[in-house]
Amino acid sequence: MSREVLLFVSVFLASAVEGVEAVTIVLAAGLTRGWRSALIGVGAALVVLAAIVAALGPALTALPIDVLRLFVGGLLLVFGLQWLRKAMLRASGFEAVHDEGATFAQEVAAARAAAREPSAIDAYGFTVSFKGVLLEGLEVAFIVVTFGSNQHDVPLAALAALSAVLVVVAAGAAARAPLSRVPENTLKYGVGVMLTSFGTFWGAEGAGASWPGDDVAIPALIAFVLVTSIVLVGALRRRHARLITAAGGAA
Amino acid sequence: MTPIRALLAFLYDFVVGDDPTIAVAVVLALGVTAAIAAGGVSAWWVMPCAVIGALIGSLHRAIRV
Repeated sequence: MSREVLLFVSVFLASAVEGVEAVTIVLAAGLTRGWRSALIGVGAALVVLAAIVAALGPALTALPIDVLRLFVGGLLLVFGLQWLRKAMLRASGFEAVHDEGATFAQEVAAARAAAREPSAIDAYGFTVSFKGVLLEGLEVAFIVVTFGSNQHDVPLAALAALSAVLVVVAAGAAARAPLSRVPENTLKYGVGVMLTSFGTFWGAEGAGASWPGDDVAIPALIAFVLVTSIVLVGALRRRHARLITAAGGAA
Repeated sequence: MTPIRALLAFLYDFVVGDDPTIAVAVVLALGVTAAIAAGGVSAWWVMPCAVIGALIGSLHRAIRV
C-alpha cells in the first residue's frame, strides 16, 4: 500500500471516529431539545473552529487540548447525569409520584408553551452541540496537522478528514428520521447515557488519565453506564411498587 | 433582580440543575483523577466509579419520602 493511501486511510478512520462522536451528540441534542438550537450550536462551533484554524494553522498543536477536554467533559458529565437521573426517575415511576401536584402541571404547561415558541433558543441544545462539535472539530484538525505534517502532505490529510466528516454526517442525517419515532423519555434516557459516557471519557482524559484501548473505551463506557442504569431502574421500580403496596395497605 | 443576579441565577440553574451534589461530585472526581494520574498511577477507573456513586446518591436523595 502506498504512503498516500496509508495516510488517507489513517486520517479517514481517525476523523470518522471523532465525527461519529460529534454527530452522536448533535443528534441527541437535536432530537430532544429541538433542531434549531442544536444546528445553531453546530454553526457557531464551525465558525469558531474555522477562526481558530485560520489563526493558528500549524501552531494548532500548541492548544491546551487536555484543558478543553477537562472543561467540556466535566460539563457534559454534569448535564448527562442530570438527564439520566430524571429519565431513570420517570422510568421507575418515582417522577410521576413526586410530580402529581399542581406544581408539576404548571411546569408542564410552561414547558409546552416554551416549546411552541419558535424564536426561543434552547441553551442546553445550543451548548451541548457547540461544545461537542468544537472539541471534536479541533481533534480532527489536530489529526490533519499531525498526520499531514509527518507525511509532508497536509492537503491529502485534509481531504481524507473532510471525506470522513461528510460520510459520518450523511449517516447521521439518515438515522434522524427513525430516531425521531422513539418515545421521548426513552430518547432522553439514551441521551443521558451518551452524555454521561462521553463526559466521563473526555473528563478523565483531560484530567490526565489514559483509557485502556483509547477510543475503544467509549462503547465499553456506554455499555457500562447503560447496564448499571437499567439495574438501578429495576431496583427503583421494586421500591416504588413496595411503597404503592404499603400506601394501599395503610388506606 | 438585577441583570447580573439574573445571569448568575441562570448559569447556576443551567450548569448545576436540580441536584448540586452531582456537580460537586464531578469536580471532586476530576480532581482525584488528576491527582492520581499526576502520580504516574493508572487513573481511568476513578471517573466510572464516581459517576455510579454520584448517580446512586442522587437517586437515593430524590426518592426519599
